[in-house]
Amino acid sequence: MMPASNSIEVERLTRKFKKGPLAVDGIDLTVAPGEIYGFLGPNGAGKSTTVLMLTTLLPPTSGTARVGGFDVARESAQVRTTIGAALQEAALDPFLTGREHMTLQGSLHGFARQERRSRGNELLERVGLTEAADRRVGGYSGGMKRRLDLALALVHRPSILFLDEPTTGLDIQSRTALWDEVAQLAARDGVTIFLTTQYLEEADVLADRVGIIDHGHIVAEGTPRELKAEIGRPAVEVEPRSPGDLGALEGVLARFGSRVPASDRAVAVRFENGGDLTDVVRALDDAGVKIAHLQLHEPTLDDVFITKTGRRLEGAGDEEDEEAPAEAVPA
Amino acid sequence: MNGAARIQVAAVARRSIIRTARQPAMVIPAVLFPLVLLAVNASGLDSATHIPGFPTGSYLTFALAVPFVQGALFAAMSTGTNVAQDVETGFLSRLSLTPLRRTWLLAGQLSGVLVLGLVQAVSFLSVGLIAGAGLKAGVAGALVIVALSLLIALGFGAIGATMALRTGTGEAVQGLFPLLFVTLFLSSSSLPRNLIEIGWFRTVATWNPVSYLLEGLRSLLVEGWDVHALLAGFGTAAAIAVLAVAAAASALSTRMGRA
Repeated sequence: MMPASNSIEVERLTRKFKKGPLAVDGIDLTVAPGEIYGFLGPNGAGKSTTVLMLTTLLPPTSGTARVGGFDVARESAQVRTTIGAALQEAALDPFLTGREHMTLQGSLHGFARQERRSRGNELLERVGLTEAADRRVGGYSGGMKRRLDLALALVHRPSILFLDEPTTGLDIQSRTALWDEVAQLAARDGVTIFLTTQYLEEADVLADRVGIIDHGHIVAEGTPRELKAEIGRPAVEVEPRSPGDLGALEGVLARFGSRVPASDRAVAVRFENGGDLTDVVRALDDAGVKIAHLQLHEPTLDDVFITKTGRRLEGAGDEEDEEAPAEAVPA
Repeated sequence: MNGAARIQVAAVARRSIIRTARQPAMVIPAVLFPLVLLAVNASGLDSATHIPGFPTGSYLTFALAVPFVQGALFAAMSTGTNVAQDVETGFLSRLSLTPLRRTWLLAGQLSGVLVLGLVQAVSFLSVGLIAGAGLKAGVAGALVIVALSLLIALGFGAIGATMALRTGTGEAVQGLFPLLFVTLFLSSSSLPRNLIEIGWFRTVATWNPVSYLLEGLRSLLVEGWDVHALLAGFGTAAAIAVLAVAAAASALSTRMGRA
């Protein structure tokens, strides 16, 4: 047995489905011990399929992945003892209480009665569920379910944690609470965290490094600061008061830079040829284009996504099929 | 089985039992429906006891074997639905990420069906005896009836689990119910096989394993200790249980993606 480390190393990892697309297409990535790696992409991009492979729940079609020093295909049992996972849907039994879930999870990891109880109580307190611990999970809110899911993933003190869209569908308060907990896990406990998300803000706030995946390919990777710096200058988006002025608006803005996607009723360009917001307003005034709305966008991870894929991240997955499920037939 | 495995099986079994007990909509019909059918049949078909060669003068005693098998059909639905929910909600994936071996997982899951089967068997026997059914084999016979009905429940429960693991949906499990119910009707549930006059029906009932389950249970109620009927009953129930559990284990292995 190789000595375990809490890193993730992926080379040419690929997954094909018989009745679906090439869900993951030869990706390479490395996550350092104690790092929070944000895996960002729209629905159907390949995020969950990657997580399922890295957590041994789905065999790769080709390529290799080592998690905690163990090969996911050949040493899956060792991988499972190293990792904790909270998958896309909080996998909970609505008929059991929160405490019963903790006890079950502790038992399945072979904990003795006393340790089960103390570890369960400790984690329930940590995720703020002590008061609700003896209520059935069927009555929990989405945020409570997510927090319990996280607590369950931590029962056996994993050194690597996979969180698959942990805050999807949560209100902002629950989302922020979960972010705090995840950040603490990495900072205080040194847990390596692989986090998938379709929320730009989540990746921006939490991740030390971000990988952007689209159509099964990693299209960009780096720290959020590095990725945004690649984009460089801000963009300006202008909506004319009269839709008939869109053509004239386009002509004026073309002088300042190249087009970037915007809403149907607006035109946006990234500043590339010099000039600033004042110059834009002056030029539009000279051209007689009345402005309804004008907005300056500092570079965001969405801009990175647009630059790399030509589409906006939010909503990009809506036009595509949902990601192939775990039980999809392997090719 | 080592200490850790014992803790694991007990935990899954406990969860399976708690889950079943907290779903009255699943438990109550599984006990009440067979008793209602028993009451209807016992009152409506009592004249069948006048057919020459009918083994007992009480149709209630004759028909009391049927609820045990009907109850097992409900157990199949209950187990299948629970397992399908585990697949649908991802709970099975959670279990897959623990060191739990699939053999122990299956053992734990099926222990829930045994508890439901025990509640059913005791209820059916108690109500039947209170209503006046005979029990020729006495108290020891009652214990054997409970044991045989648990073996039947285990087999049918494993069939439900297999269906759930293969399809991953509760709907497919529900679709199994009419099929299993038809096999009950195409058996010796209403008349002894030698008194079924329609040739094809008698042939189907003779080939139908459910007939031997019923006849094994019925022999203890009607005739006392009929070794031949008991061997056929236990043999058939054991064969169904072994095949169904093996099928469920294979389906679970495929579903969990590991041996």
